[in-house]
Amino acid sequence: MTGQPQPGVPILRLGDVLVTGLLNELDDRTAVAFTEELTERISAEGARGVLIDISRLEIIDSFVARTLMELTTVARLLGARVIVAGMRPPVAITLVELGIELVGVETALNPEQGLAALGWRQAPQPPEGARRGTAR
Amino acid sequence: MTTSEAAVRERLTRALQERDEEIADRWVELQMEQALLDTDIGEAELREEADALIKALVPGLQSGVPVDRVVTSTPVLYEAVVGLSLRRARAGATPTATSLAVLALKEALLRAVQRDTRDAEELFASAVFMNRLLDVAGALSFETYVEGREEIIRRQSQQLMELSTPVVRLWRQVLAVPLIGTLDTARTQVVMENLLQAIQDHEALVAIVDITGVPTVDTAVAQHLMQTVNAVRLMGADCVISGVRPSIAQTIAQLGIDLSTILTRATLADALAAAIKLIDGPGPDGDEGDGR
Amino acid sequence: MALPGESILASRGTKVSARAQSRRPPAPATYPVRTEEDLLTVRHAVRAATVEVGFGLVDQTRVVTAASELARNAYVHGGGGTVTLEYPHEPSGRRGLRLIVKDDGPGIADLDAALTDGFTTGTGLGHGLGGARRLMDEFTVRTGRGEGTVVVATRWTVR
Repeated sequence: MTGQPQPGVPILRLGDVLVTGLLNELDDRTAVAFTEELTERISAEGARGVLIDISRLEIIDSFVARTLMELTTVARLLGARVIVAGMRPPVAITLVELGIELVGVETALNPEQGLAALGWRQAPQPPEGARRGTAR
Repeated sequence: MTTSEAAVRERLTRALQERDEEIADRWVELQMEQALLDTDIGEAELREEADALIKALVPGLQSGVPVDRVVTSTPVLYEAVVGLSLRRARAGATPTATSLAVLALKEALLRAVQRDTRDAEELFASAVFMNRLLDVAGALSFETYVEGREEIIRRQSQQLMELSTPVVRLWRQVLAVPLIGTLDTARTQVVMENLLQAIQDHEALVAIVDITGVPTVDTAVAQHLMQTVNAVRLMGADCVISGVRPSIAQTIAQLGIDLSTILTRATLADALAAAIKLIDGPGPDGDEGDGR
Repeated sequence: MALPGESILASRGTKVSARAQSRRPPAPATYPVRTEEDLLTVRHAVRAATVEVGFGLVDQTRVVTAASELARNAYVHGGGGTVTLEYPHEPSGRRGLRLIVKDDGPGIADLDAALTDGFTTGTGLGHGLGGARRLMDEFTVRTGRGEGTVVVATRWTVR
């Protein structure tokens, strides 16, 4: 709990999709650095899709929401589609009560479905890209 | 504080310390006599309460706090009165019986003082002092009782609400919530909480909110529906609203409520068909293709 | 003696202190909001407080989010300030968490606008006040041009 900004959120590359995540302790500096790095990678690597895993975020306030919306807009301008995956139920409820709609941001239940939506599929591919195995 | 009040305090303190058994006995007896306590609180429990409260009065009297604030500003005494009142509230006693039970302590206490002195003036001063001291306890007891009952009612309505919003699984990755009754803020919160958790647990892709059992849709209800839909979408699932009766559709149109971004269907069956189509469509989240 | 009609702030004082000795709710604590790091500290403290009070996960998230909005307001618009946490109690056992967020900034000139237009879409600024208000049960703002801003917001465990 040192409040030190975490330098460099890892950004992985899977084909033409970039996969990354947001940490819980997002402050201004980290957010700006993260947006810059991601933007550079999209443009340098010609990424067509970006998956942002937010399942670790315990809250999304208007600052984090704005960061996500800006990222989405910037990525779209560069020709990449962004999917935000794994929002926790309490976070989703709080966001709508807060009155934030995450305009233009696409969502997926989890990273796997987000990747499937971005056209990055596992082989052999199940009929409709649906998940298997863990459904209860 | 006048000297006579100091004397009264001392006399009462002594009575409470030396005649505690006697006071407790008499107080319990009076409460049993009042027969107002139509509850399952037993004599043993009454006795326990009495012992605690009598003991708690001593530090209150010795604190030097003005008489009408003794009960509220002596923690142990305050707790004793509050605890007693809440137990009565839960056991189903009436608020009047609860207050009267507390006030009966006056009589028990005065009797004990009477055994130490027969001086009329002193007895009068003691009675006045005790009234001031314990009327506050009676009022606190009444207030606590009411708050305690309100708390019970709040809990019950919360439980009722949770029972009345079941989330059912209709199909692989399709969930449904049949809403019955109105959709206010509190209800919306419960619906969202249950639905979103179920979406996560079942990895559902479509949630159907059925409003067949909702009598009217006004602007507030529409807003709450929108909130629910938005929350479902943030999770990465789609939402379909079913059970839109013709009369409700008309009301929505007349009120100028914009539900155009929401997929709606007349019946639950239609909604299920739409949901299955969404799942079997080209994209798993229904948002097919790379729309650029 | 606190009667039900009295204002909550005024009437609960004696009760809180009276109960403090028997059930020991934590003492009120104040945190500075002067740096980015302070915002994170406040969030951690509020999260711990919501757990202590016994809120469910969704309510915890609501309160921490509201605190984050308010603390950020004090930091960004008020030039820094403080966040105080209090633990109000009712005799019935209903518990709550109260956030008092103060700054000595320029104050909010048009409070109604800040509250109604409260949320941010896109890149607009927005005070986040309206949004925070929707996440709490009780919400009051004292402000004026040049007077700084004090927001008092409470959420109860059962409503």
